[in-house]
Formats: sequence, structure tokens, C-alpha cells
Amino acid sequence: MRAFARLLDRLSLTASRNAKLTLVRDYLTQTGDPDRGWALAALTGALSFSAAKPAGLRKAVEARMDPVLFAWSHDYVGDLAETIALVWPSRPGANYEPDLSTVVDALAVASRAEAQVLVEGWLDALDADGRWAMLKLVTGGLRVGVSARLAKQAVADFGDVAVAELEEIWHALTPPYLNLFAWLEGSAPRPDAAAAARFRPVMLAQAINDAVDFVKLDPADYAAEWKWDGIRVQAAHEAGVRRLYTRTGDDISHAFPDVVEALRFEGVIDGELMVMRGGQAAPFGELQQRLNRKTADAKLLAAFPAGIRAYDILADGENDLRALPFRQRRARLEAVLTRYGSERLDLSPLEPFETWAALAARRAAPPPGDPARAEGLMLKRWDSAYLAGRPKGPWFKWKRDPRLVDTVLMYAQRGHGKRSGLYSDYTFGVWRDEPDGRRALTPVGKAYFGFTDEELKRLDAFVRENTVERFGPVRSVRADADFGLVLEIAFEGLQRSTRHKSGLAMRFPRIHRIRWDKPSRDADHLANLEAMLEIMGS
Amino acid sequence: MNSRETLLCPRPAGLYCAVGDFYIDPVRPVDRAVITHGHADHARAGHGAVLATPETLAIMAVRYGAQFAQTTETAAYGVATSRNGVEITLVPAGHVLGSAQVVVRHKGVTFVVSGDYKRRSDPTCAPFEPVPCDVFITEATFGLPVFRHPPARDEIGKLLDSVAQFSARSHVVGAYALGKAQRVISLLREAGWDRPIAVHGALERLNEVYGAFGVELGALRPATIAGKGDFAGDIIVAPPSALTTAWARRFADPVDAFASGWMRIRARSRQRGVELPLIISDHADWDELTATITELNPGEVWITHGREEALARWCGLQGIRARALALVGYEDEED
Repeated sequence: MRAFARLLDRLSLTASRNAKLTLVRDYLTQTGDPDRGWALAALTGALSFSAAKPAGLRKAVEARMDPVLFAWSHDYVGDLAETIALVWPSRPGANYEPDLSTVVDALAVASRAEAQVLVEGWLDALDADGRWAMLKLVTGGLRVGVSARLAKQAVADFGDVAVAELEEIWHALTPPYLNLFAWLEGSAPRPDAAAAARFRPVMLAQAINDAVDFVKLDPADYAAEWKWDGIRVQAAHEAGVRRLYTRTGDDISHAFPDVVEALRFEGVIDGELMVMRGGQAAPFGELQQRLNRKTADAKLLAAFPAGIRAYDILADGENDLRALPFRQRRARLEAVLTRYGSERLDLSPLEPFETWAALAARRAAPPPGDPARAEGLMLKRWDSAYLAGRPKGPWFKWKRDPRLVDTVLMYAQRGHGKRSGLYSDYTFGVWRDEPDGRRALTPVGKAYFGFTDEELKRLDAFVRENTVERFGPVRSVRADADFGLVLEIAFEGLQRSTRHKSGLAMRFPRIHRIRWDKPSRDADHLANLEAMLEIMGS
Repeated sequence: MNSRETLLCPRPAGLYCAVGDFYIDPVRPVDRAVITHGHADHARAGHGAVLATPETLAIMAVRYGAQFAQTTETAAYGVATSRNGVEITLVPAGHVLGSAQVVVRHKGVTFVVSGDYKRRSDPTCAPFEPVPCDVFITEATFGLPVFRHPPARDEIGKLLDSVAQFSARSHVVGAYALGKAQRVISLLREAGWDRPIAVHGALERLNEVYGAFGVELGALRPATIAGKGDFAGDIIVAPPSALTTAWARRFADPVDAFASGWMRIRARSRQRGVELPLIISDHADWDELTATITELNPGEVWITHGREEALARWCGLQGIRARALALVGYEDEED
């Protein structure tokens, strides 16, 4: 438990992705089976308990110390599990210090009442960090800033294999992953991945470079289609098993019963998950109502019906189609959807074109309806096989040019990692008319990249020199009609939002240019953004 | 109880002894001051006469210049001096180099003012000496049961493990310039780290004072940059305030560490952007505070600053008379 506690402790305070990968990889190297497998399961969300209830833990603490001192401690610390970990009176030697697998094995067969006794015994034996880690584990929620994807990458690094290879077999594996580690350490063959409706690693597109790529590419070699604004999913239906996966292989079937229900064909389809009504795609914001949920109730399903717009087929019945060229896969996909298509599963149409210039014109002025809200275009070579990862050449994404808006810097916050000494996170605003007729700035977003190191230094100096107020790590900077720094912000989309005072939320905002020259009074007005929202749909 | 009230009482400038006419750690200039230790919130410049240990006087001279008071008087540990019949003795508090408790005796009544103190071993200063007393006037910086400092050795182990694990990065350790910095360096030496340790310029003169009083810190070098990628695999010690400045960004992909008792609380680490918290404190933790009161078993406990209400409640539960003085002007944030 000590090593696991140390790992969680460091992960929870580490911002850098590379450092996190090192921490997880080293842990896997230094820890034996089965503990490392259980730790991996905990990090990837494959292991969760709700054995210990906060109320039960609170009672146990109050039986051991003055409830008033405990209440003051809780007020001070904030987090209940952390408070209990800190105040719990240790009884070294009262119990043996459990390792991770002891905890997992014991809780797997314990009743609620037994679990409470077990947890109290472990709290006696562990130190404060161990208690914290154990409580995080048994109350079901590590929240240490590690995604399943990152954990898998660390496993791939540990075994020196491609993460795609790992993803291909992931769904055939169960904690504590003894066969996985045996394979990665070279003492056993690769685990068998032929499970029904398993995840297949997805093929990703390169961003096209307008300036250099088109001259080398023959338009006759490529098919074009709109790049839909949802999330990439893989839908599998094999031997009676139906699954819906994200592009990283996370199983989200439970949250989308309506979509799973619509998988009537046998095979594996690649497509875009969106909220769809009567064959029309809804803006991304509506899909967000359905994401990151464990389940979906009838009300949510009715309000935000989801569906898949299919653009590729990986398997048809028992036939693996990935080695076939895109042209043939496309024909199979169209045939399948002619038979099994529905309001919840439709076809992503191809956009015919003769020349790159003609396609560029379509991209700049998409036809009304769904294409107007697309993120741009996808280009796929007619002869491309379906390859895992992001091969250079067969597929390109050609994003629409970003929207631009001139804003005024309002607040700055210190960054993390190598930027932690610098004010590198910027909140910016646009003008709006107050009820009393005056113009005032209202925040519309936050950006923390899009500038060079040199520009960052200058921005940091500007923030320090023009600070009006400080709130912890945040500074407000002078921003009014006579003085302020104009930031030209590029963004991909706009949504209505009740969380922001301006009523708007930007997608993927970043600093496009710093307008040291532009007077703050000439920055954009909220009305300009409102107008963009109309075009993009809300 | 009346003689207790008159022997020492809280005033806006600090604890005052009317009979002896002196203040202990006054927060504003006074005629006569007894100073427990050299931290800036306890040792201020501008007093008339100052009584303190030789180490504390040397630290004050380095910080404020030789003219920090009109007159100074040296009190070695354990040697009593007298003010209007009031006997004053300084005894080690174990907080930082030269730190002292002030033992005040008059007509058979003994007060002990702990100043800031700790009970753990510290290679850079003399250990705390318990003195039986009628009234124990204690600090309570970490006066909440959540503050239980782990062994400092283990925390230094965490730092050295990280240096080994992230050998291409530098490790910048924020540590209070007086006391904590030298303790961290000494603990690193005890743990076998014998490479030169880079130090921020703000520490140099205090390190020299420690050296002059016989505290060995090993090879130190200035943390000045020559080229990119410098100090990879090295440990750099700097005042906490330097961590959030551009100064600390010059080193190779720095891991921000911070040696402080406050690092026990995760939210504190997160707020400061600390990647590697080291829970090393020069103050007594909850267990030390309560164990010291139990050991001394004084007639009464007064609490000067920190989380007074929790320690006062604990005393109440033990049947010990306690009183929170709520003295202002003593900062506890930097430890």
C-alpha cells in the first residue's frame, strides 16, 4: 500500500504528462504482481468499491476523538477522506499493514458491516498517506488526474509495445492482468484478443498543411466528407454482444442504450456520435448533456436522443475488412446501412469534388444544414487500408479556418509545471452594454496557449505591471476603454452556456495574435459573438 | 492568580512583564525586549535594549545591520539575568539556531514562554528543554489534530527518490531562509547526499552565520545559471517566495518542492503549485504540543498564536486551565 500511496500522492500533484507516465511506468516496474495489476485497474477505473460510506467513517472517527476537534479539522481541510486520514489515531502494531491486493481481496467478499470493520483495522495500521490512498480506493474515486488512456500509455511504455497493440487486447483482459504483465515481461505469449465485440484501435487523420500538401496530392485519389462535430465512436455487435467505445477504447455502452439498441447489423462500424433528431445533427453542446454519465434515464434519452453518423466499417459479420481499401469498405458500409440504417444510425455522405480549389470553396461556404456546423472536411485515400494510429498520408483532416474575435485581457492566473512562475492562463472579455447604457467588459473565455515563450515573458511582465487586484493565484489587470491589452482569440465553436456570465462558451479558444497596437476600446462587442452563434446554431 | 496576571500580560505590542518592564518578542519598537529567535515576525529592528542568545543577536545583525538596537545583551542558554528582581533565563526551544524559551521567575512563580518550538531532533540547533512551570505560554501554529508531521528523514527520502527518478530534472526546494533551509541541507547530508547543493543568494549570509556557530552544511554553491540544462539532477534550495518567480524557471525542467508543515494539507500544496511537498516543520505538531503540555503539567496554559481555540479545547478536555491570548503580528504562513 505504501508504494501505491506514494504513486497516488505524486500523481495528484503532478501536472506534466511525461512526469505522470514516468511515475506510473516506474511503479509498474518496481511493484510485483498482483499489486501492480490492481493499481492499474484502479487507475483505469476498472476497479471501484463503495464498501465504505462517509457516514460510517465519520462515526468511526468520532468514536476515537473529540467530535468538536474533528469538526474543526474537517472545516479546515475540506476533504473528508483526507481529514480522516490525517486525524486517525495510529495504532502501530495493532494490525498488519495491508498491501493493495489484501484490501481488494478482502473487500470482494465482505458484507457492508464486515467492510466497515476491515477498513477501521487498516486505518489503524497504515500511516497518513496510506490511509488517504486506501480511503480514496474504497470510497470509489481516485481523482488523481490520470486518464485510462494515460495509464495504458504508461503500460505500453513499460512493455515497450505500441499503445494500439495494447488497446486491441485490452477488452480481453481482467484485473489484476497477470497474463498482460507476463507477456510484457516476455515470459508468456500475447493474451488472446478474440473476444466478441472487442475494441479495434482506430485510424486517425493527420492535419493537412494547406501550403505544402495539396500540391503533392491528386484529388482523384481522395474521397471527401464533412468532419462532424460530435465524438468519434466505434460500435460493435458480434455474437450477441453489443458495445459502444470511444476512440481510446473506453466502453460507453451503458450511457447510450438508445444507440446500442440501434445496432441491428453484425459487425463493427466507425462513426460520429451526435445528438440527432429526424436525421439532423444537433450542436455539440447537446451531446455534452449525455457524456461523462454512467447511465441515462428515459427523460434524458427523450430530450437528447443520440445516434451515429457512420463513415467506415471494420468488420462485416465475421469478416475483418480492415485490410480492404477504403473504396471497398465504403461500398460495404453503404450496403449495410441501406439495410440497417435508421434514425439512430445514418450514413455520412461523401462530398464529390473535382479540384482542390472547388473543395476549398465548399469548405469556406458549406451548404446549410449539418455541413454548416461541421468542423471542416476529412480527406481519405480511396486505396487506404484501415490502419491503427495516425499514419501519414492516407487520411487528412482539413479543419475550417477558426473564428477570430478581438478581446481584452481581464484576468491572469499562474500556470503549472514549467510555467508555474508565470502568469500564463488568461481570461479575456468583450464589450457589452450595461443596463445603465455604459459599456463594460464581460469575460467570454480563457486561453493558455497560442503564444511563444518570448511572448509569454512579455505577457507575464504586462500582467505584473498592470495588476489591479490579486486573488490567490489570480490577478486582475487593468482593462477599460482607455487602457488594456487586446488579444485576438481563435476558436472553433460557440455554445450557449448558463455557467458563464456572458451566456456563451467557446470551444478550443487560443491566442491567435497579441495586438499590442490595438486600443482596447476597439475590441469586439458581445453582439458580434451573438451573431456568430446564430450562424453556428445553438 | 493576581501575581500571575501582573508578572506577564498580553499587550498590543506583545507579552509584557510589568515588574521587570520588558516585552517578549514585541511586534513594535519598545524600550526593552527579550527576543526568542531570529524570525522576522519575532525579532524586529528598532528596540532600545535587546536581550537574546548570541546566535539570535548574530542573526538579527545579519538581517537588520549591526545597529538593529541601541544596546544588546547576550544571554547564554541556562544563565539567569535579573530585571527589577525578575529572573530571566533563556533555554533551548529546538526551533532554529539560537531559539530560546524565556523562563521568567518572580517570587516563586515561574512562567515559561515557549516562543516557537519543536521536540524533534534537529542537527542545526540545541534540543528543546522542558522546564517545569506554573504557567506555560505556548505557540499553536499547528494546533489542529490534522497536523502530525511525519519523520523528517522520510521526507528527505522522498526528495532523494524523486531526484533519482527524475534525474534529467532539477529539484528546487523552497525552504524558509532562516532555519528550514539549513535544516534541509543538514538532513540531506545526514542522508548521504554529498554533492554540492546550490543555494539562492538570499540564503548565503544566514548559511555563514550557521557555519560560524559550528553547523556544518557541506559544499554549497551559488545557484547561478551558466547555460541551458544547468542543474539537471541537482538540488537547489531557495526561499519559498523565489519558487513562484521567473528565477526558478531557469533551471532544467524544475520539480517544485516545498519544505513546510503546511504541506500536510493537499489543498495547500495545490494552491502553491507544489509538485513535491516535503512535510518538514520547525514547529511542534499537534502531538508534540499536547505531549509537551502533558509532560510539563503546568497550572495554566496560555496560547499565543496559531490555532488557539483547538488547543484550548484540548486542554479543557484534559482538565487543564487554558487561555487563548490571540496575539497578533506573528505570521505562521511561511513555516
